[in-house]
Amino acid sequence: MTTLTMAAAINLGLRKAMERDSKVLVMGEDVGVLGGVFRVTDGLYKDFGPSRVMDTPLAESGIVGTAIGMAMRGYRPVCEIQFDGFIYPAFDQITTQLAKMHYRSHGQITLPVTIRVPFAGGIGAVEHHSESPEAYFAHTAGLRVVSPATPDDGYSMIQQAIACPDPVLFFEPKARYWDKAEVDLDAPFDEAAATSGMAHARVVRRGNDITIVAYGPTVRLALEASQVIEDEGSSPEVVDLRSISPLDHLTVTRSVKKTGRCVIVHEAPTAFGVGAELAARITEEAFFHLEAPVLRVGGFYVPYPGSKHEHDYLPNLDRLLDAVDRVLAH
Amino acid sequence: MNGPGPLSEDGLVRLLGHKGDSFTNPVFSPLAQDLGYDALRTMWREMVVIRAYDNEATALQRQGELGLWVPLIGQEAAQVGSAHALSERDWVFPSYREHAVAVHRGIDPVDILKIWRGLEHSSWTPSEHRFHLYTLVIGSHTLHATGFAMALDMDGLVGSGRPDHDAAVLCYFGDGATSEGDMNEALVFAAVNNAPVVFLCQNNQYAISEPATRQARVALARRGDGFGIPGVRVDGNDVLAMYAVTKQALQRARSGGGPTFIEALTYRMGAHTTSDDPSRYRTRAEEDYWRERDPIDRLGIFLKRAGELPREFQDEVQAEGKALAIRVREETRSLLRGPSLEMFDHVYAEPHAIVDGERAWYERYKKSFVETGVSHR
Repeated sequence: MTTLTMAAAINLGLRKAMERDSKVLVMGEDVGVLGGVFRVTDGLYKDFGPSRVMDTPLAESGIVGTAIGMAMRGYRPVCEIQFDGFIYPAFDQITTQLAKMHYRSHGQITLPVTIRVPFAGGIGAVEHHSESPEAYFAHTAGLRVVSPATPDDGYSMIQQAIACPDPVLFFEPKARYWDKAEVDLDAPFDEAAATSGMAHARVVRRGNDITIVAYGPTVRLALEASQVIEDEGSSPEVVDLRSISPLDHLTVTRSVKKTGRCVIVHEAPTAFGVGAELAARITEEAFFHLEAPVLRVGGFYVPYPGSKHEHDYLPNLDRLLDAVDRVLAH
Repeated sequence: MNGPGPLSEDGLVRLLGHKGDSFTNPVFSPLAQDLGYDALRTMWREMVVIRAYDNEATALQRQGELGLWVPLIGQEAAQVGSAHALSERDWVFPSYREHAVAVHRGIDPVDILKIWRGLEHSSWTPSEHRFHLYTLVIGSHTLHATGFAMALDMDGLVGSGRPDHDAAVLCYFGDGATSEGDMNEALVFAAVNNAPVVFLCQNNQYAISEPATRQARVALARRGDGFGIPGVRVDGNDVLAMYAVTKQALQRARSGGGPTFIEALTYRMGAHTTSDDPSRYRTRAEEDYWRERDPIDRLGIFLKRAGELPREFQDEVQAEGKALAIRVREETRSLLRGPSLEMFDHVYAEPHAIVDGERAWYERYKKSFVETGVSHR
């Protein structure tokens, strides 16, 4: 086991994928010479050269669109959208072209394109640099949407995403880029199980009284809250969703059937978010096991505010614990 | 400073005029020299037959056999002439009106109709014909074409010095597409990466009801100027010039000379689609003017004058057109949709729990009707 930051772990995962398959390309703004604004592609240009690590023009739709063309020719492009808030110019290429090509071609065209997106907030950034757009893409059949919460998952899931034949939106919680944790660099990479490997949720803390579901940046928050909940005498179970599409509602439902209570926490606005989908499924599948309504803690239904308001806007320990208290009170 | 506008007939490369008269162009005449009379008769035949097909498809739509038809009538030379410049290693990225190129590349005309009959979104295997699927979102595919061309370069198929080895991409789109952001981003990527892609704009002068003057202030061939991509305006109804200009551009691309922007000025003789009514926005006089510039007529006149269009050949081709129309009519009418469960196929390459769950649910749901025998639909 090696201690690495999330950024370094993803960097290593990218490197492994590029070494394993010469068709893997990295492309995006500033990913080459600079090594990426978060240095996640650091060192790759030096070792793999400009033919495999491409500094693209400043054009998100162009990045995804040309990646589609390269994928049609048998390459595995790993695109970077520099910041979450800049994914929208590429929205049409992602949802109309990338997502639908396999379907409309009766499976003749496979587009193994991975789109890496530093996402979510909590870093004091300016406008458009703290968005959580995952729901727009999860709502589009044909795309896979995942988000690693730990360096170890960053390392393995980026390799799985690249090996997966389907298009994958890979949302990297930028507030976690500098978090350090142990990464198993020696774990063998099972290519055949790549897609299934990144499709399941993981129970990261076992408990009996309440299920807290989180993904990406809020998993750490859920674990922090769990410490407080335990100190206060209850036993929380934390589920790291890892994958949004497909949604491992079976793991969540199994947990909720055990605990009878659920709070879902994500940075994206609560309204129309991933939590809504999960809550609906839990209601359908575990209704008679519920002791309390399923609550969701998320951003407010306002555009992401100026960074001075950020810590009130984002789900924080108090808001999560407040929801947990309300659920436990039933 | 601005030069000819987007509808101007000035400065077009032309080798064959609408009266069947020949023109000499120092750059492009030599490129068409390899076209003997056999090749010209083949081109004439392809144009005549595709028009017969196009007319039949329009009729089928009127009869309710197709939900929609997208006619190419008037653009036969732009498509057939350019298609003949393709090598078998080149790839084509069409928009959704290039049926003549599709057929030239071996796609069955009946298969094309499956799309418009609402059975499926695509009906051929791109790799079998080196002809990508139709893309209905205007201009989106220009990026795919550019990325694909960049990949050909990465594969070592560009500028190798071996003409029998190298390949390029020919990307078709219309005047309307030149306004789309994606199109302009494609030009950026193609230019800075020196991609082996030929951008062929069929300026048929209308994007549904809007004339090309709503898309540009200057000739569309000038689009490339700002990006550093050479542009050429050609008479899109002149099959010889189309061949020559496209051939030059493809050779440039294959040899590592980068992209070209070709503007083929032609005319959309029919409607945008069968849902459109051109009488609402253009005049009979204008249509008559362009009917006189018909691409098939001028080649016919030229060949007849040279004594190279024998009666028997003409009859043979007309018969071929009729036979195709009959086959298309019969086969299209017999095309039925598959079982409804097939709508769940191919969403993903690997299993996905949401799709699989819904498919299983739907299957049980459908079966429940059979078991009880009660249906409200």
